[in-house]
Amino acid sequence: MIGRFFKRFYLVVIFIFLYVPIVALMILSFNNSKYMSQWDGFSLKWYEQLFSSSLIMSALWNTLIIAFLSALIATIIGTVACIGINNMKKVPRTIVMGMNNIPLMNADIVTGISLMLCFIAFGVSLGFGTILIAHITFNIPYVVLSVMPKMKQTEKSTYEAAVDLGATPVQAFFKVVFPDILPGILSGFLLSFTMSLDDFTITHFTKGAGINTLSTLIYSEVRKGVRPSLYALSTILFLAVLILLIIANLPKGKSKEKELIKER
Amino acid sequence: MSKKLLSAPYLVWMIGFTIIPLALIVYYGLTDRSGAFTLENIMAIATPERMNALIRSLKLSLISTAVCLVLAYPLAMILKSLKVKQSSFIVFIFILPMWMNFLLRTMAWQTLLDRNGVINQILNFLHLPQLNIINTQTAIVFGMVYNFLPFMVLPIYNVLVKIGDDTVEAARDLGANSVQTFFRVILPLSVPGVVSGITMVFVPALTTFVISDLLGGGMVLLIGNVIEQEFTFTANWNQGAGLSLVLMVFILISMALLAKYDKDGEGASF
Repeated sequence: MIGRFFKRFYLVVIFIFLYVPIVALMILSFNNSKYMSQWDGFSLKWYEQLFSSSLIMSALWNTLIIAFLSALIATIIGTVACIGINNMKKVPRTIVMGMNNIPLMNADIVTGISLMLCFIAFGVSLGFGTILIAHITFNIPYVVLSVMPKMKQTEKSTYEAAVDLGATPVQAFFKVVFPDILPGILSGFLLSFTMSLDDFTITHFTKGAGINTLSTLIYSEVRKGVRPSLYALSTILFLAVLILLIIANLPKGKSKEKELIKER
Repeated sequence: MSKKLLSAPYLVWMIGFTIIPLALIVYYGLTDRSGAFTLENIMAIATPERMNALIRSLKLSLISTAVCLVLAYPLAMILKSLKVKQSSFIVFIFILPMWMNFLLRTMAWQTLLDRNGVINQILNFLHLPQLNIINTQTAIVFGMVYNFLPFMVLPIYNVLVKIGDDTVEAARDLGANSVQTFFRVILPLSVPGVVSGITMVFVPALTTFVISDLLGGGMVLLIGNVIEQEFTFTANWNQGAGLSLVLMVFILISMALLAKYDKDGEGASF
């Protein structure tokens, strides 16, 4: 009994630790004062200012479009690569999977600096394109790691059966293999999108002057004080994702409850 | 044969944007501005200011890794005991905060930990001693633990759920009490996850410059800050690359440790 209470208590404490800054930001986005440290009454003015700030809106657009494109391209390259890697012999496969871990394990600052040096050495001017390339680079390994386990679980014989029955390899892939690995592809895409959205360090080094994502915009405002409109924007983004994910998980939850009731 | 070719775009991309850039760091780090070979950029770590920053980074990242491990292991045990059918739900809880910008989340702690912040007001109300940790090394450790805790919890949780109930029951049937079962069965089996978690926390903590910037008030310099300044302020790339090489030695040591203890990637976070 005491053990159970302690377990619950510990979970709640960690949960508070993880979510308290998020709640604090949400509250501060309604603060009338510009300063984080004082509460000066309820106000919606930061939400109004948010939509009239072209700086914030363009940073938001850049962030979302880079997150979407980098996740999409990484998902395609990564998934296609998994088919290839799955058909490799053991030694080359181990080498490739080892290489796959480099961007995952490496420090963000080293990845960022190395890409910046590479772009400059080859005369590529830093801007939207270089941020996109950098994000695709660190997203591909997440896709490979998400898709590879599902790929290993698929039976080779079902694919071969489809080909024997007259399907072309492409047809066989999309009709037989693809549905099996789809959950892995989706989680790889979502993980990539999230990582791209939350990245600061690599973007900091690979962006040129004149382009900002939300992270770099916030960083540039840290010294003079971040505009609360940015808290407002983050609050909207966070709640939107939360609601979307809850809706996406709702039907499953209901059917589970029904199952439980039946079991009783 | 043709199927192997499908990995070609991936291989080209990884070599072009991972291997070649890393090779360039080595090249810049070992040459001076005219392109002649030199070890000066690496020896530059020996100046007192930089050496202190490196030692401070090692100290703070080791402390935060230890704190994360102490917090995460019991947490992973509890999560396992909940027997949630969808383990994706647990991943979800730890990934969700990432949708609130990392810089803002960290800055929020600045407000919460402030001398007149919410936490001190609560402590005051309860007649407890005040916390004065903002702009200190403690605050930075706090920020590291907050940001990197999920990377410790998820790998440990992932290996723990793979340990079957029958394994634990077998140990109990053979007469082990719960403490013995933990130290002789569960702990050894969870080593891959623990090592994976340690590297996943230690490497970003060692190399961060943002957390020290935001929570150290610019007064605590870490090795990440030193390197970042070489690139953004002094624009001495060779020097910055040389110092990055020093940093990479520690990253490589962690990678080697991981390869030794987690051969099959069992402790992968996601």
